[in-house]
Amino acid sequence: MDFLSDTVVLSRMQFALTAIFHMLWPVLTTGMAIYLVIVEGLWLKTRNPTYYYHARFWAKLYVLNFGIGVASGIPMGFQFGTNWAPLSEAIGNFFGSIIGFEASWAFMLEAAFLGIMVFGWERVNPVVHYVATILVAFGANLSTFWILTANSWLQTPAGGEMVDGKFIVKDYFQAVLNPFMPNSVLHMFTATLETSLFVIGGISAWYLINQRQPEFFTKSFKIVLALAIAVAPLQIYVGHLSGEQVYHYQPTKLAAMEAQWETIPAGQAADWSAIAFPNDQLERNDWEISIPNGLGYILELKPKLSEPVLGLKEWAPADRPHLLSLIYYSFRIMVAIGFFFAGLMLLTVVQWLRGKLAPESISQQRWLLRGWLFAAPLGYIAVECGWIVRCVGRQPWAMYGEIRTADAASNLPPGNVLTTLTLFSAVYTLLFFAALYFGSRVIRQGPNLDLPIPGVESKPAVNVEPGEFVPNQRPVEAQQ
Amino acid sequence: METLSYLLPQVWFGILALFLFLYVMLDGFDLGVGILSLTSSSEERRGILMTSLSNIWDANETWLILMGGSLFGAFPLAYSTILNALYIPIFIMLFGFVFRAVAFEFRERANRKFFWNFAFGAGSFLAALGQGFALGGVLAGIEVDAAGHFVGTTWDWFNLPSVLVALTLIQGYVLIGSTYLVWRTEGELQATHFRTAKLAAITTLVGAIVITIATPIFYESARSRLFDPPFVYIFALIPLLGIGLVALLWRSLSQKQDGTPLIWTILIFLLTFLGLALVVFPYIIPRSITIYEAAADPSSLTIMIIFIGALIPVMLFYNLYQYFVFRGKITSGSYGE
Ligand code: HDD
Ligand code: HEM
Ligand code: HEM
Repeated sequence: MDFLSDTVVLSRMQFALTAIFHMLWPVLTTGMAIYLVIVEGLWLKTRNPTYYYHARFWAKLYVLNFGIGVASGIPMGFQFGTNWAPLSEAIGNFFGSIIGFEASWAFMLEAAFLGIMVFGWERVNPVVHYVATILVAFGANLSTFWILTANSWLQTPAGGEMVDGKFIVKDYFQAVLNPFMPNSVLHMFTATLETSLFVIGGISAWYLINQRQPEFFTKSFKIVLALAIAVAPLQIYVGHLSGEQVYHYQPTKLAAMEAQWETIPAGQAADWSAIAFPNDQLERNDWEISIPNGLGYILELKPKLSEPVLGLKEWAPADRPHLLSLIYYSFRIMVAIGFFFAGLMLLTVVQWLRGKLAPESISQQRWLLRGWLFAAPLGYIAVECGWIVRCVGRQPWAMYGEIRTADAASNLPPGNVLTTLTLFSAVYTLLFFAALYFGSRVIRQGPNLDLPIPGVESKPAVNVEPGEFVPNQRPVEAQQ
Repeated sequence: METLSYLLPQVWFGILALFLFLYVMLDGFDLGVGILSLTSSSEERRGILMTSLSNIWDANETWLILMGGSLFGAFPLAYSTILNALYIPIFIMLFGFVFRAVAFEFRERANRKFFWNFAFGAGSFLAALGQGFALGGVLAGIEVDAAGHFVGTTWDWFNLPSVLVALTLIQGYVLIGSTYLVWRTEGELQATHFRTAKLAAITTLVGAIVITIATPIFYESARSRLFDPPFVYIFALIPLLGIGLVALLWRSLSQKQDGTPLIWTILIFLLTFLGLALVVFPYIIPRSITIYEAAADPSSLTIMIIFIGALIPVMLFYNLYQYFVFRGKITSGSYGE
């Protein structure tokens, strides 16, 4: 158990644990926000109360996630300083300012309007409320943009140079628009949206299987399906672009993702291994099944590559990633999930076209609905796998090609980090199960269709002055 | 160029001070209400306390996140050295935040609320305690080498003055929390918090007096600054003004005024804050690292003024708008779906 006295390893474990846990919650709060904008917009347009109840119901799950997202996000921001002080000092000029932009542009916007979105139904008029919902969605996605800009820059540093161990920004826009940024932001954006769609779809499927409010949940199911038609194939395409960018900019990571030990020279057939047992000691795969010319098609859509694929043996062991099986299988799991989503979407669309998804008869599609139920947690797994590929595959670098992880960690007594790591493990386990418990309670309760609809009883809602809506008491729906 | 490399760090010192002040004021009452909830006599009262925060706690806390991010960008050396040195207090605060943040949603949904009530109150207390120790630790100075990196030990921050600072900060939070509740509640609950406000005013005042006397004794670094003209006049003035403000606060509490106690408390916080800033400036870690040594590259500071500084009025606007939307007294302890 040497690692228990190695601060660098402990800090890495702590960062991994807290990042993996944090990532679980923003996925839904960014993706579902877009869904909420859509249903509330449909309500304002059609004035059909169903859409209003959708907005109210899904928002319950939304706030639950939001709270844990905030709780687990705050330790992320401080850990850069506590556990990675040398790294923070070296990259603060750029990375730090981006974290500042994230807070000032995104978090503040989200925090300010979330209150109105969740508790403000009776206090502002519906149009103002809709603006608040849009701003929350915008803020959440803006935060994806900034945090992925920061992370992409660690992957492909640009826009300046290291002077005396510190990064000096020469061209801010070049640094923000670093090679990985555009596509990574897009891939993350579609990942949060896709995950949320399949969560909403999966929960809707659960109600449909149990024949609870089929009318209501066929609606959300179909909205989700309609969006998935676009998102699921797009995600595969954008994922392909992610692979391409790794190929061009991070050859060590690509070699690890593919467990490729030997270099494949340009112009030769490039096979793709579908399953392998990478052996780091012997520098070979103990066993593998490979698909002829597969890698060529994956990277360049043709059998032979125009550039070489460098093998792991090109680098000394100290200069390339380890934990190969983790990287290799994380990548494959993510890709498999991407294709599963697309396949499920296609099957469901076929049934839709055949008219089998009407509210009266949809519950007969048992296997299809079970497929959706099964798909609900998969997006999270894909997201975590993607991040493992990205962060573990970047090793041994914290900032690719510039700062090694081993030099990036603060000099702390291992006991300190071990204590906080243990506490995080315990607390986050508790929170994870508490969230599952309370989340499933919200779901079992189902939507509350007795809530008063704002602006319907009294007067035309749109031209009501916000001031007139302020009751001296808590909103009626709060007193149920 | 020369003037810029002085001016920019000073501007950022000012902006960070503003963020920190807004944070201490806003999350101060937020944490204070949390600590007070530990003493709530009934579930209903506790519900009202939490309802009074439900739509603003996140925005309040975001000022700290903004402060942290801006410190990271504007003074990377200070960010890394301070957080590295204060590992333990920072994590005390972080775990406190984690518990109180999740308590809002979980308590609302739980049948047995005991655990989440405790998580909320104790989390608030831990967060305030961690902050107090962190503040005390920074004021006492941090041991660094020539490059400004932390070279002390993990428990350096723990000493008599920092315990004093932590206790006083907690009292201050309870005070501002009480006056906030006086403003937002009515009836019995308000009456209770008139009392807790008076109590906290006394304990905070005692803490402040002890710290004022102790500072020149314990912190030799502060001594030279305090007794040098022109500072000596300012520092003589601050305690006088402080006592005046406390008297005004006391009167407004005795006259059972609704909103004014909060305003006097905010002014007391502001005064204390100005005093601290004067003792510290131009250092960012007292007596070891100046803002000029810790500052980021001028190009970064400039771009941050454009992208963060320019947003300050906008951020203030939507914070105010929120308070406007949710204005009024809180009478029921449940905050909806
Ligand atoms: C719903 C989630 C999801 C799904 C279905 C996919 N991905 Fe993904 N992937 C992510 C969620 C994700 C992610 C979590 O969002 C990552 C991590 C960092 C990032 O930018 O995106 C990621 C990273 C990531 C990377 C690493 C990029 C890097 O290290 O810089 C590659 C190569 C791919 N993806 C490729 C794919 C392919 C070929 C997919 C298709 C079938 C695919 N992803 C589906
Ligand atoms: C998909 C995108 C993400 C979204 C929408 C998101 C959302 C959030 C939210 C809502 C908070 C709390 C802010 C508040 O108090 O209001 C937060 C904090 C934070 N998250 Fe995430 N998160 C995302 C991904 C990540 C990832 C992948 C990381 C890195 C591992 C990360 C690091 C942080 C940090 C550093 C903070 C604290 C901010 C600070 O202290 O400066 N976030 N995030
Ligand atoms: C977008 C924001 C993110 C940023 C800025 C970020 C940055 C970092 C940094 C600074 C480290 C420590 C240095 C290092 O080990 O290289 C790290 C490590 C790590 N991160 Fe990320 N990360 C982000 C998102 C994530 C997410 C969402 C996950 C997981 C789901 C993740 C998983 C990991 C893991 C597993 C490590 C440890 C790698 C190792 O030491 O082997 N990261 N990341």
